[in-house]
Amino acid sequence: MIEVAGLSRRYGGAVAVADVSFRVGAGEMLALVGDSGSGKTTTLKMINRLLEPDAGKVVIDGRDAASLDPHALRRSIGYVFQGIGLFPHRTVAENVAVPLRLAGWSRDRTCVRVAELLALVELDPALAARFPAELSGGQQQRTGVARALAASPRVMLLDEPFGALDPLTRDRLQRTFGELRRRLGLTAVFVTHDVAEAVVLADRIGVMRSGRLLQLGTPAELARSPADDDVARLLDTPRRQARLVAERLEARS
Amino acid sequence: MREQLALLPEYLSAHVRLTLLALAAGVLLAVPAGVLVSRVRALEAPVLGLAGVIQTIPALALLAVMVPLLSALGLPGIGVLPAFLGLVLYSLLPILRNTVTGLHAVAPAVIEAARGVGMTSRQRLFQVELPLALPVVVAGIRTATVWTVGMATLSTPVGATSLGNYIFSGLQTRNSAAVLTGCAAAAGLALTLDGLVRTAATGIERRQRRPVAAAALGLLALGAWAWAAAPRGEGHAGRTVRVGGKTFTEQYILAEILARSVRATGREATVVAGLGSTVAFDALVRDEIDVYVDYTGTLWSTVMGRRDPAGPRARVLEEVRLWLLERHAVVLAAALGFENAYCFAVRREMAYSLSLRSLIDLARHAGTLRLASDYEFFSREEWRAVESTYGLAFRERRTMDPSLLYQAIAARQVEVITAYSSDGRIASLDLVTLEDEKNAIPPYDAVVLVGPRIAREDPALVTALRRLKGTIDETRMRALNRLVDEEGRSAGAAAEEFLGSSPAAFMRR
Repeated sequence: MIEVAGLSRRYGGAVAVADVSFRVGAGEMLALVGDSGSGKTTTLKMINRLLEPDAGKVVIDGRDAASLDPHALRRSIGYVFQGIGLFPHRTVAENVAVPLRLAGWSRDRTCVRVAELLALVELDPALAARFPAELSGGQQQRTGVARALAASPRVMLLDEPFGALDPLTRDRLQRTFGELRRRLGLTAVFVTHDVAEAVVLADRIGVMRSGRLLQLGTPAELARSPADDDVARLLDTPRRQARLVAERLEARS
Repeated sequence: MREQLALLPEYLSAHVRLTLLALAAGVLLAVPAGVLVSRVRALEAPVLGLAGVIQTIPALALLAVMVPLLSALGLPGIGVLPAFLGLVLYSLLPILRNTVTGLHAVAPAVIEAARGVGMTSRQRLFQVELPLALPVVVAGIRTATVWTVGMATLSTPVGATSLGNYIFSGLQTRNSAAVLTGCAAAAGLALTLDGLVRTAATGIERRQRRPVAAAALGLLALGAWAWAAAPRGEGHAGRTVRVGGKTFTEQYILAEILARSVRATGREATVVAGLGSTVAFDALVRDEIDVYVDYTGTLWSTVMGRRDPAGPRARVLEEVRLWLLERHAVVLAAALGFENAYCFAVRREMAYSLSLRSLIDLARHAGTLRLASDYEFFSREEWRAVESTYGLAFRERRTMDPSLLYQAIAARQVEVITAYSSDGRIASLDLVTLEDEKNAIPPYDAVVLVGPRIAREDPALVTALRRLKGTIDETRMRALNRLVDEEGRSAGAAAEEFLGSSPAAFMRR
């Protein structure tokens, strides 16, 4: 369970995040959506202290994150990075094994666990000895997810995990991840600018703008009673696009 | 050639020892410094700037400046130490700069990923940043390797044996076989070391054990050979007499003569040849060498710093002798019997056509003539004296290596050179030396100097060396110089020619 209260952060004079508070229940997935610069990634990075907040606090499973060793904190939280975030000089298997190595696992146990993780994210075991540069974008992102899951964290943070993928791969990976999360009972916060993705994957959605959390609720709640016109338009976008797509496709046939 | 190759193990092994030590120290200093600089941004400009400034100092000057610097600190100013320090300083910049560049080039996303998975700063450095920067760091090490091997040849003038011994003595004694041997060996060594480093690095990058092991083994074997070949005798270093010599033919011959004379008395002797002019005297005063031959005129103007006209030969000799003894406890054991003075020389046919007999005549034509001299002369007191005494103003003045002066005048690239009066080439090139009627140039008697330690502890050796007094006249010295310069004999061979079949008998005379 993650509890964020009054989180604020400035860069120089500019406010990046202002007084953001929310709770993510155990096993729940929260999506933070908003334009670039709305503060969603900054919020995410303050949860595992990749960035330190100027004010406010983060409580994870009842413990104040500020009171924990930052390295230990990060090791206990799975993190899927925007873009690639894999170590280019390490093979797939070694990348996945990084959190295990940091946790001091033995070589044999690590081997078994890596094989298990590759199966979990549906990666061909033959790819284990490849380097990231030799993989497709989808395979790279599966590797990233496997690495985030390696040390069996109960909390996951995902920063636009599927942003750079082609639509088919993205669709497949979203489904894989959705199933995994439910099966493993993970508590997760993920950042995206793709409202459709948020609607499909998340239990609840937080809409951010100019560093503030504008509205928080289930997709249905947001659609039913949007806080303002912007939120209404935002939630309507996927539907509008879907309609447009359907029309064009039918017009052609 | 065979004579040259016989020296190869000694020169090459010394060169390898010096290079490997300097590179190892360079890597051990520069890589951590590079890491520090890349983390503490405020240090970057000053540290890289300093390394850059060091780099702009010409290599030879950097080594030369180590000599007085170390002496001022009370450390051995000649030998391996100044060479080692100079080489280390020189190797820093490429390694430092590449380490910083390599670390800066690691993608921010990768660094954030390392932080995100919970690596500590140290884990990030060793597991992510350094491995990713490795190819760039290694490129820096390879640059430093090639530089260091090349620059180590310049450690000869500060008294460290290296492949430079071939090059310096070869250039001075016009022995192109020696020069080529030195250059080829240095190039070969540079390629070998570079190849080993490259092999090791590619092996690490591609994670192949075999090339890494092979390269490590190669380096180890090279090092083991170099240290095994190091001259023994630390034990009786105290008893071994170190004979010094400067960087021209006559000095190489005289050093060999002195060494053989010392050995004839039953003592051991080693030759430290190719020392810079004032390096030799400083080394003697500090007991880093024990014996060498210098010239009264040089001592008068350069060492004693006298600005007044020197006067007649015998008086200068006496004044120099007393000054050395009182000031430095250095004993002037013997005047060998010849002078090696600076003199102005022209081609004979020009001397006829312009009626040049003396420097007074030369002054009348100087405005149309070009003069070439060695590295030292134009900054020496006697040049100022000659210039002002005779009002000499040449059309052009050139500085070049002493061994090239004679080629330059023979090839008519200059009309006048400063020759050395004992040089065999004055006769063989049919040059005419011009008279110094106003005694502007001091006398240059060749004198055997003995350092304070030997003078104190081994008076018997001083007595033995006194027997060299008056044994070499100008004709004799010119003939010996010609043997080396014109006939391609080694300095050692010339020394044997002089001492005869039994140096011991020579010393007992």
